Amino acid sequence: MGAQLRVYRQKIKSAQTTKKITRAMELISASRIYKAQQRVAASTPYSRAVTRAVSAVATFSNVDHPLTTEPARIDRAAVVIFTSDRGLAGAFSSNVLKEADQLANLLKEQGKEVVYYLVGRKAVAYFGFRRREAVRSWIGGTDLPQFATAKEIADAVVGSFNTDYADGGVDEIHLVSNRFVSMIAQVPEVVRLLPLEVVEGTEAPEAGEVYPLYEFEPDVNKVLDALLPVYIESRIFNAMLQSAASEHAARQKAMKSATDNAEKLIKNYTRLSNSARQSEITQQISEIVGGADALSTTGDED
Amino acid sequence: MATLRVELVAADQAVWTGEAKMVIAKTVEGEIGLLPGHEPMLAILGAGEVRITLEDGNVIKANAEDGFLSVENNVVTVVARNAALV
Repeated sequence: MGAQLRVYRQKIKSAQTTKKITRAMELISASRIYKAQQRVAASTPYSRAVTRAVSAVATFSNVDHPLTTEPARIDRAAVVIFTSDRGLAGAFSSNVLKEADQLANLLKEQGKEVVYYLVGRKAVAYFGFRRREAVRSWIGGTDLPQFATAKEIADAVVGSFNTDYADGGVDEIHLVSNRFVSMIAQVPEVVRLLPLEVVEGTEAPEAGEVYPLYEFEPDVNKVLDALLPVYIESRIFNAMLQSAASEHAARQKAMKSATDNAEKLIKNYTRLSNSARQSEITQQISEIVGGADALSTTGDED
Repeated sequence: MATLRVELVAADQAVWTGEAKMVIAKTVEGEIGLLPGHEPMLAILGAGEVRITLEDGNVIKANAEDGFLSVENNVVTVVARNAALV
């Protein structure tokens, strides 16, 4: 076998191996998107109920809660970035990081100091490589978010929101995460979590809907105290679930195009190797014919 | 007779939904019984059992903690971080 042909064969084999891996990843992601979507759907009743209750309290009480009041001065803002743990998902993580950087620049222009909370190994690696500091980070389990993690994140950010600026607290909290729009579209999205704006819930009440006059037990302040952390947790959990669904969708898309590319490569190299083989054969034949010709010519002269 | 529409939801799933005659739940203030026509209410849940009496008299029990309970227009929503049927 000629050298040229051997090189092509090697390349074909390598592309085939890659194709097997990417195909497998594509199939795995495809099956996981469905589960992730189901999880998003399963958590919707909870977040809907919580949003509704918070809206109801907010409408019927004029209480000033620290979580809902806009601070007089915003000196430090926290940005929570939701990425994935693993790569090979196209621009999934880099989109979010880009969006977060833009947001950070905007906040810095407004004279705010920016601190980061990171979720997912990719964000941690991005920050580590650039030697940038993060207050806290959570890694592991981004493709199958647990509510306990959401609670931990919520406790951390609310805790720092309730701390004074002088003691290292923040005055504003933003979430940056991918929102699952469809199997082919996931958009990075920035949401201001705190101070609360209850209007942008997953399902805002319809315009004409009037909330009944509630009786609060024990009293309105205690209910709000208990409700707001729950609301924040549910928002964070929802962001994590959306991000997980988006991650699988992005990975499926990326792996589908990788598989397609591998197929194209295999096809091209097969063509090339066929023509290399053919030209090798042609060359051999012409050598034989030429040799025989030469021999017979010499024979004639004898 | 009017019935209550009950939704029992946990953070990651809807645990139980259906029609019921009566709901007994534990709030931080103590046990509360809810019948159809109850006034709108929002209460913080205490750790304890939620008992849902169905129209046929059967009782569904669930553990719910860390959440709240809302009543409006004969819709009872029990929202808890952790909730499970017993």
